[in-house]
Amino acid sequence: MLHETIIILTSFAYLGILFGIAYYADERADAGRSVIASPYIYSLSLAVYATAWTFYGSVGRAASDGVGFLPIYIGPTLMIALWWVVLRKILRISKQNRITSLADFIASRYGKSALLAGLVTVIAVIGILPYISLQLKAVSNSFTILTQYPDIVMPANVAALSIRQDNALWVALILAAFTIVFGTRHLDAAEHHQGMVAAIAFESLVKLLAFLAVGAFVTFGMYNGFGDVFARAAAVPKLREMLTPLDGVAGDYATWAWLTILSMMAIMFLPRQFQVAVIENLDEKHLNKAIWLFPVYMLAINVFVLPIAFGGLLRFPDGSVDADTFVLTLPMAEKQEFLALLVFIGGLSAATGMVIVETIALSTMVCNDLVMPVLLRLRRLRLNERRDLTGLLLGIRRGAILLILLLGYLYFKLAGEAYALVSIGLISFAAVAQFAPAILGGIFWKGGTRTGALCGLLAGFAVWLYTLLLPALARSGWLPTGMLEHGPFGIALLKPLELFGLAGLDQTSHAMIWSMIANVGAYVAVSLCVSPSAAEHRQASLFVDVFRQTGEAAGARFWRGTASVPDLYNLLARFLGTAAADSAFADYARGKGMRWPDSRLAADAELVHYVEVQLAGAIGAASARVMVGSVVKEEALTIDEVREILDEASQVVVYSHKLEQKSRELEAASAELRAANARLTELDRLKDDFVSTVTHELRTPLTSIRAFTEILLDAPEVEIAQRNKFLTIIAKEAERLTRLINQVLDLAKIESGKADWVETRVDIKEVIRDTLAAMDQLFKEKRIEVEARLPDRVSSVVVDLDRMIQVMLNLLSNAVKFCDTTNGRIQIVLAERNGSLRVDVSDNGRGIDSEDHEAVFSKFHQVGNTLTDKPHGSGLGLYISRQIVEHFGGKMWVESSRGSGARFSFTLPTEVRA
Amino acid sequence: MNSESRGQRFVALCMLGTLLFNYPVLALFNVHGTLLGVPVLYAYMFVAWGALIALMALIAESDS
Repeated sequence: MLHETIIILTSFAYLGILFGIAYYADERADAGRSVIASPYIYSLSLAVYATAWTFYGSVGRAASDGVGFLPIYIGPTLMIALWWVVLRKILRISKQNRITSLADFIASRYGKSALLAGLVTVIAVIGILPYISLQLKAVSNSFTILTQYPDIVMPANVAALSIRQDNALWVALILAAFTIVFGTRHLDAAEHHQGMVAAIAFESLVKLLAFLAVGAFVTFGMYNGFGDVFARAAAVPKLREMLTPLDGVAGDYATWAWLTILSMMAIMFLPRQFQVAVIENLDEKHLNKAIWLFPVYMLAINVFVLPIAFGGLLRFPDGSVDADTFVLTLPMAEKQEFLALLVFIGGLSAATGMVIVETIALSTMVCNDLVMPVLLRLRRLRLNERRDLTGLLLGIRRGAILLILLLGYLYFKLAGEAYALVSIGLISFAAVAQFAPAILGGIFWKGGTRTGALCGLLAGFAVWLYTLLLPALARSGWLPTGMLEHGPFGIALLKPLELFGLAGLDQTSHAMIWSMIANVGAYVAVSLCVSPSAAEHRQASLFVDVFRQTGEAAGARFWRGTASVPDLYNLLARFLGTAAADSAFADYARGKGMRWPDSRLAADAELVHYVEVQLAGAIGAASARVMVGSVVKEEALTIDEVREILDEASQVVVYSHKLEQKSRELEAASAELRAANARLTELDRLKDDFVSTVTHELRTPLTSIRAFTEILLDAPEVEIAQRNKFLTIIAKEAERLTRLINQVLDLAKIESGKADWVETRVDIKEVIRDTLAAMDQLFKEKRIEVEARLPDRVSSVVVDLDRMIQVMLNLLSNAVKFCDTTNGRIQIVLAERNGSLRVDVSDNGRGIDSEDHEAVFSKFHQVGNTLTDKPHGSGLGLYISRQIVEHFGGKMWVESSRGSGARFSFTLPTEVRA
Repeated sequence: MNSESRGQRFVALCMLGTLLFNYPVLALFNVHGTLLGVPVLYAYMFVAWGALIALMALIAESDS
């Protein structure tokens, strides 16, 4: 059943499905309805971490080391616990600076250095080659083994591999073609490959299901559960030792710890992990789910590793079958054709997922950070003048993908056969770990400089070459092995595997120790010794303080120079095409509240920065810098100026705090002012009212005086009785006028505080008596009965006698005015209580409505309807009386209701002012 | 829970994980014997790993 043709057809069918998924996801993305905008897809795409290494290699490692395969997954779990702190920051930085790759990130941090970007790219490509060769090896081996079904033969023993049967080469070429069609169909300014991510997520599901299927088959089909597998293994003496694999020697724990650290770095800095975790991330919030979902995935895909490993060791006790192939050979040995095919597809998905993402990430780096900067600097090519460069960019990337896969194949041929899968992969892990100091230092330490990063990377990479890659080549027979055993030129201290005599460690730990010492040491030491340039200062601040920045414009304030809008537009159009350039400029103009094209659009620092960031999305930060530099006359900021700007920025923060405080104080003050102003306006209005009322009140008597005088003048024949009547009215009105004027003057004096108060000790009883005596005649005329209830003795008060008489007169004359006309009664009561005297003056008139109780004390208030009733007085009497009483510390009020008379009362303190 | 305190919890969790998966704690479980038929060290690894992930989920998904 498992004929070669069927296997090949199935493989291509699977690749076809992948392509379909990617195509669909791309279409949806273009339509604005992304299928990958989900934390679950994001988590699954992160599982591109699990490659053929995990799928086939873990079992191989477990078969020799027991739990030795686990640090590769526990390390990432520990690192992911730090993602909230580290990856979130990298994500934020990358989004703000439109980072397109790992190399771009490092170069951007250290002043957009093209040299650094190139170095990182070279290290990444060389470092990843073993890893890619691992995938090729796994796929081609699994294919070869599967085609031998039902026999189980290791690839090394399959006779006569012709060129046509050199599977690894075919696998490399097919994968290259697939990746090219898949990942470089068009150029995306943000380097988003939504189709790729969707396909990768799907692959993650396939490889997990395939592995769980074979795991369940071995554990529960071939054996009776986990306990049974381990129990049977324990029965075999050779396997029993493996059940407690860490034998307690310090070296074992050290290896374990180093592998953990190594994979902690790998999960962050493998180019493909950086690609899916950072570049392809659509939403920072997806992190919340991925932080635990991705570790769950890793846990799930590892649960069955040990049972499969022991199952394989039990099933093939003679060691004729390579443990790296147990996952495939166990189902084959049990004649499970379909399961074996599923496993092959699972392994294929693990390998293709890795190869696709890794080569796309690397090709972006090669194009943006290695080839383009060189091409752009070559003036002979006149690239600056070409209208459209998108074709060139895609061409470079396609070439890079093919080249990388062929190099991977070459490495496989050179060195791949001598090592197990995991050992090959670890060489790559150690290479990408070299990026850790430059990146982690770069985002948390402003002091890291370009030269420091360059030196650190070079030193670390050199040690890696010497202690890991060189031995790998030597063991494969490409270099004399004597060098490994005796050291170069016989110098034992320089033995690549025991550098400076450090022995007793495994190869990876040994390389990690020396490379990290060299890398971190050089990075820190050189950074501390060489002072950074202005651009580095700026970028360091943008990266380290990313959470304090707001928006993309943050980078713009560090720029000074001259540019023109058409130049910038043409530049963008050349790399992105006119449509994308138009939409980018339209976006920018909209942000400024203008429409594109608009002649008012200024080519200021912000626009230049905007264009550079857009461009960086397509060709990387370092190239973008070069290109923008070609159309912009930039005046370099000196280091002092940048420092100044940064200092200013921190001072601005301080100032803004102070300003906030000041503005709060100002607000309070202005509120007070507003209140004062309102009071003043009110007073002004009252004054106007007062003046108009006074004028009105003065005119009324004057009018009648004038009218009657004119009558008397014009008509001398008026009878004498009539004449007398008129004269009486005139006299009365004149008297009223006088009284009014007196009162107004009085009022003015009191209100302005200029009144003369002659204060003496006064017996209020006397005041009442005198007033009553003075008004006696009036009472008799109006036939009003007056009753005064005065106690025998009351305390004296200190007041102005005349003013008090004025108050009493006023109250009494009011009472007379409003008394019942036929049966008038007035009652005056004097009482002393609690240190104050109280005088009540009650009448039996028509009373006052309760809503008027306060109004009667206001200026010019006339009781009754002023339109129909004849005015009874000036309307100032009660107002003045109250002013007088209050001046001496007393109170005046009225109690009354309609129809039952009114009682005016006032009090005067007896103790005060003594 | 603000971003800073969440970050601190994650850092503490990473430290706990480092402790659980290194010498000497690892050595405590590196003994003969089985737990439900599974060698103690293997069982410990997966249980501790699972617990660590559960704690991460707890912190990551708690409302901010």
